[in-house]
Amino acid sequence: MKKILVAMLALAMMMTACLASAEDAVKIGVIGPLTGANAQYGLAVQRGAQIAVDEINAKGGVQLEILAEDDQADGELAVNAYNKLLDDGVTMMLGTVTSGSCIAVSDVAYEERVFMLTPSGSADVITDGKDNVYRICFKDSAQGTASAQYIADHGLATKVGVIYNNALDYSMGIYQSFQAKAEELGLEIVAASAFSDDTNADFSVQISQMKDAGAELVFLPIYYTPASMILQQADAVDYAPIFFGVDGMDGILGVEGFDTTLAEGVMLLTPFSADAQDELTKNFVTTYMELYGEVPNQFAADAYDGAYALAAAIEAAGITAETTPEEACEMMIEAMQNVEITGLTGTMHWDATGEVEKTPTAVVIQDGAYVGAM
Amino acid sequence: MKKNQRSFAGNLITYGMVIVAFILCQIALSGAIDGFKMSRSLKGQLVPICVYIVMAVSLNLTVGISGELSLGHAGFMSVGAFSGILASQWIAAAFPTVNLEIPRLLAALATGGIVAGIAGVIIGIPVLRLRGDYLAIVTLAFGEIIRNLLNCVYVSLDGVAVHFGFLNSVLPGKMLINGPMGATGVEKLAFFEAGFLLVLFTLFVVLNLIGSRSGRAIMAIRDNRIAAESVGINVTKYRMMAFVTSAVLAGMAGALYGLNYSTVQAAKFKFDTSILILVFVVLGGIGNIRGSIIAAALLTVLPEVLRDFGEYRMLIYAIVLILVMLATNNPTFKAAVARLIPHRRHSDAEKEADRA
Repeated sequence: MKKILVAMLALAMMMTACLASAEDAVKIGVIGPLTGANAQYGLAVQRGAQIAVDEINAKGGVQLEILAEDDQADGELAVNAYNKLLDDGVTMMLGTVTSGSCIAVSDVAYEERVFMLTPSGSADVITDGKDNVYRICFKDSAQGTASAQYIADHGLATKVGVIYNNALDYSMGIYQSFQAKAEELGLEIVAASAFSDDTNADFSVQISQMKDAGAELVFLPIYYTPASMILQQADAVDYAPIFFGVDGMDGILGVEGFDTTLAEGVMLLTPFSADAQDELTKNFVTTYMELYGEVPNQFAADAYDGAYALAAAIEAAGITAETTPEEACEMMIEAMQNVEITGLTGTMHWDATGEVEKTPTAVVIQDGAYVGAM
Repeated sequence: MKKNQRSFAGNLITYGMVIVAFILCQIALSGAIDGFKMSRSLKGQLVPICVYIVMAVSLNLTVGISGELSLGHAGFMSVGAFSGILASQWIAAAFPTVNLEIPRLLAALATGGIVAGIAGVIIGIPVLRLRGDYLAIVTLAFGEIIRNLLNCVYVSLDGVAVHFGFLNSVLPGKMLINGPMGATGVEKLAFFEAGFLLVLFTLFVVLNLIGSRSGRAIMAIRDNRIAAESVGINVTKYRMMAFVTSAVLAGMAGALYGLNYSTVQAAKFKFDTSILILVFVVLGGIGNIRGSIIAAALLTVLPEVLRDFGEYRMLIYAIVLILVMLATNNPTFKAAVARLIPHRRHSDAEKEADRA
């Protein structure tokens, strides 16, 4: 038994041995859920980043290579994937995709000085006090605050109801900041009702609670799948408040079997919409549809912008495939703060905290398409 | 007498195997020998491997030795993880000037073990009235209840004052446990040597319990409850002993796990994790402690090694599991292994001699 164990250990070590190759492409690691329940987000990021990298490489100049590893949205596996990617010789990380695993990895990356740009990890603590962790999307608290601000500024409602997922960090983070800001602005939260991943099929209790409390606007800091069910079930009981969502709501028009007329008038704050008419978005959506046969969501757009941001910083800092992750980290921190790119999710630049600065845009769904709201 | 000697020798082999594996890991970590250097990937998994070994060995105590099918072992792990994190963070806040990394880790392990043990007693009282399938279902439910409760728990630290909130996220001070966001900002205190010592401690507890009078009573109850009762064995007491010991060890493993990452979420300790640990136990052999250790270590490393296969990774993992199950139950294969390993043949010959 001893011999077998030793042999297996040795085998394991050999198989994962360092594979530092001297190609000229700078390797970028993508960590995300490529299998399991959250695979749609990880795959979207991997694909979005790949499209961007193919475009960048075709232009000549900086050459990049994407190496993607699966973490099943689990912190432990994400750290494993991170180590594996460094074994494979990546210089920096474009990831991780989900918040929970991103917190775990960003801590290790901070200690070991590996530069990280997360396309979609939105929890506040990911970048807190870490100078080498940057982010493309808005942080949760910024989204909650911006939503409350938007509702108050535009006088959409004074009585607000919230339906949130209390088992999802993303949803809770936005709800908590929304709650705080709403109180400050004098918005009255008349009802707040939670569900969890185990009870995300029937929302009749939550909807009747909103209805009884007389909520004029229902804030939905959740992903689009449960949101589509809430819209359907609210329609069935003739309850029609203003529904207000955040970036997780993006994708609702693509839900299979969902009657898009129900989403009529739904407002959401999102930096990306696949129906936007600008040249960049149109090209991206066409390429994505051709390659993968589906409409890209916000995760893909974030990753696409992330790859471009990294490329710009790599070029400015003069990083090559020979640069070690530790050296690249310090060079990237300096370069990132001078990078300004216009991507799918707006024109963005970064400050020293790693938070992105770009304008959130509110859209309203009209005739089955996003229209910019004022 | 002879049997006792043999089980003593068996225990020594088990300890020896763990120690040899540890020494090999240390050599590979130091990189003293050319070409025998541990990859980052494996290095990062050393603590989780120790944690899963402890989880598998402790579950084997319930499933193999006591004969109760428990499907909620990850529940005890989560209780241990969160209470251990609280303990370590509180000590850091209470004594900010002193560097107490090792005592904090030990305190976290002790707290995790004690709290999980209390949970074990609370669960054990109703659960151990049940048998077989019913017990499995109730432990499964327990695991899920714990996870859902932890999703609603908020704990903050304001100076040295700890505030608890249930479904109430507005608390003063720094948030330690933030509902579904779990514990964040955990200081990483766990390290490989501590994991190794925890494995040795677990083996010491479990192997001694099995070899003791109590252990024989536990196994007697497993084999025939009525016969055991008829000779005056206190059935409830001994079943409880095995169940709670298993819970305490799982809690300690959980605390070590919690302190190995900067964040832990209750969602990690779902049903899948309980099943994963049960898979370690079943593949290693129910009631076979050495098998649990090997299975836990190999099956933790395997999915990472298989990363080179890309998207076929989990498919290959599943096939490997099936093949191992088939192979270990195949008499021809067993005979082949017995021929390959001289020690086995010797003990088999000895068995033949005993029988004759």
